[in-house]
Amino acid sequence: MSWLETFRTGAQAIMSHRLRSGLTMLGILIGIAAVILTVGLGEGASAQVSNEIQSLGTNLLTVTPGSTTTGGVRGGLGSATSLTAADATALANKKDCPDVAAVAPVSSRSTVLVAGSTNWTTTVSGSTPGWLSVHSRSLLEGNFFTQDDIVKANPVMVLGATTAQELFGARDPVGQSVSIGTETYTVEGVLNVVGSSSASGTSQDDLAVIPITTYQQHLAFGLNRTSVSSIVVEATSKNTLSAAYQEINDELLALQGAATPLAADFTITTQTQALTTATSVDHTLTILLAGIAAISLLVGGIGVMNIMLVSVTERIREIGLRKALGATPSVIRRQFMVEASVLGLAGGLIGVLLGIGGAIGLPHLISNPIVISPSAAVAAIVVSLAIGLGFGVYPASRAARMAPIDALRSE
Amino acid sequence: MPEAEPPTHVFPVLPHESSPASPSLDEVFEHSRTPDSVPGGTGGRGRPIIELADVRKVYSAGSLSVEALRGVTLSIDEGEFVAIIGPSGSGKSTLMHILGCLDTPSSGSFHLSGEDVSHMSETELAHIRNQRIGFVFQGFHLLSTMSAWRNVELPLAYAAVPRAERRERAIAALRRVGLGERVEHRPGELSGGQQQRVAVARALVTDPDVVLADEPTGNLDTTSTEEILGLFSDLHRAGRTVVLITHEPEVAAVASRIIRVRDGQVTEAPPRELSRA
Repeated sequence: MSWLETFRTGAQAIMSHRLRSGLTMLGILIGIAAVILTVGLGEGASAQVSNEIQSLGTNLLTVTPGSTTTGGVRGGLGSATSLTAADATALANKKDCPDVAAVAPVSSRSTVLVAGSTNWTTTVSGSTPGWLSVHSRSLLEGNFFTQDDIVKANPVMVLGATTAQELFGARDPVGQSVSIGTETYTVEGVLNVVGSSSASGTSQDDLAVIPITTYQQHLAFGLNRTSVSSIVVEATSKNTLSAAYQEINDELLALQGAATPLAADFTITTQTQALTTATSVDHTLTILLAGIAAISLLVGGIGVMNIMLVSVTERIREIGLRKALGATPSVIRRQFMVEASVLGLAGGLIGVLLGIGGAIGLPHLISNPIVISPSAAVAAIVVSLAIGLGFGVYPASRAARMAPIDALRSE
Repeated sequence: MPEAEPPTHVFPVLPHESSPASPSLDEVFEHSRTPDSVPGGTGGRGRPIIELADVRKVYSAGSLSVEALRGVTLSIDEGEFVAIIGPSGSGKSTLMHILGCLDTPSSGSFHLSGEDVSHMSETELAHIRNQRIGFVFQGFHLLSTMSAWRNVELPLAYAAVPRAERRERAIAALRRVGLGERVEHRPGELSGGQQQRVAVARALVTDPDVVLADEPTGNLDTTSTEEILGLFSDLHRAGRTVVLITHEPEVAAVASRIIRVRDGQVTEAPPRELSRA
């Protein structure tokens, strides 16, 4: 019997039990669709995080202060107040740090902004004009504050687009006044919309930036008002990143008077490190989800085996007849293998279609993007075929081994 | 799939030359040379198609073993119409299974058209069944999802006959049994007698050496029974070898030779006159 003939016979057997075959396929189908969606979701999350980090700039270095030790209790990273705005100025020195393009010391806290009768809580950062460059941001309207504003500690402010919208609505915010506590600030400019939220969950469109000196005078806590919470450094290019790293490290060690790197009271991190951390978390999550999907595929495979065993038992007379008419054991085995693999493959194909449909439709309902991975789709189809074949072997062998007289006799 | 070999139409003069390794060679050799020494030969028109020599079949389940056939020796010639009759439990069904190559004897030899089939593998037996034997069963054994002609072409599909030729031969076989108008009907749309005629067509379509009918009228009413038995008589007149297994003497009466099976042994019964037209 030719392959085509065998395939036709198998398809006919499947079509003659539509409901049962459909339910069997459903097991495979759900598993495959789940694999496509989870892998897509995982890849989508990874792509989103890396996009965000890339958009922040891959040639960025972030210097954070070390930890404090008070009475034997070691505080967390960044709890020390060892970094100052002066350090930032030193790093901006072209002579010592030739590979540094821009420097922005950043101190921030969450506070309430008031404009007329409207108030809005957001993150207010104190920084320098370098802030705009290191964060790759631009202005929608107005201007960023200048070095002159830093020197004079002017009460000026630049708002994120969302913040401006919340405080002023349709009105033009530039030139308007915003109060923080007793101080009144003039809005100098509004930042362009970035859109996506950052990995940390805070919107990059909901913020306010004021000169670092102004921040130190009016908003900084504690005794050491000159300290900053981080210094963001932009290297001249991606290639000079490690050189810039070295220069910053040396410069800060010299400034702190630390003899060895071990005594250093600061940490320098790159965006690449952050990227690696973020994507590895996503990767773990993807593996976890794919594992669950794989288990559901296994269950689907057992469903195929179960239904094939039922089919063999139910068609014992047919098997006997086919054997009497000249079907060899290998022909019978092949017939049932083809049936099982058609069930698996059909389930897999429909599952892939459903998965792709879900990947297109679901992002409209949930905010997470889903990437359709062609390799996952191909792998899913191959796996579903393999499941059909793998779980079909035992039922098919049982049918092939059946003695023709026993099969015929069964009434 | 290994292609089935084409039907052999050339038979050796001495059938045993094709199977020199058979352990029961000498015995069978003797029988075939002196056909009068075994039951059979009456009404035969030539060379023996079926030759059983001291065939035994033992079924064992655990410590219990039952000897269903206790040394059956018989010969059926080409063109004979033989009825094998016996009560249930006589070993009749076991004999039918061995004649149909559905089972192999525990000992003794079985030559079908001169070829020793008693030690063949399951796959070889499948090919023998496909090409040499046409089965008609009590319960028709038609596949309900397929039309009449598709049921009839099934053995040809296993013989790897091309599709177009299969359909042609299947329809010719259905015409032969008087169902030329019902080739597209499914078994459910046919009467019992018609279904059994489809089964007869299926048995004929491969042009087998032997048509083996196991209680072919067991599920039929009197009219249909006469129809089917008439069909077998026609086949016999046309020169075909027919072996009919039954427990009803009236059915056996249509045959030209009757073999009785009792307690696993066979005895020749005197041929009766044909009681039916």
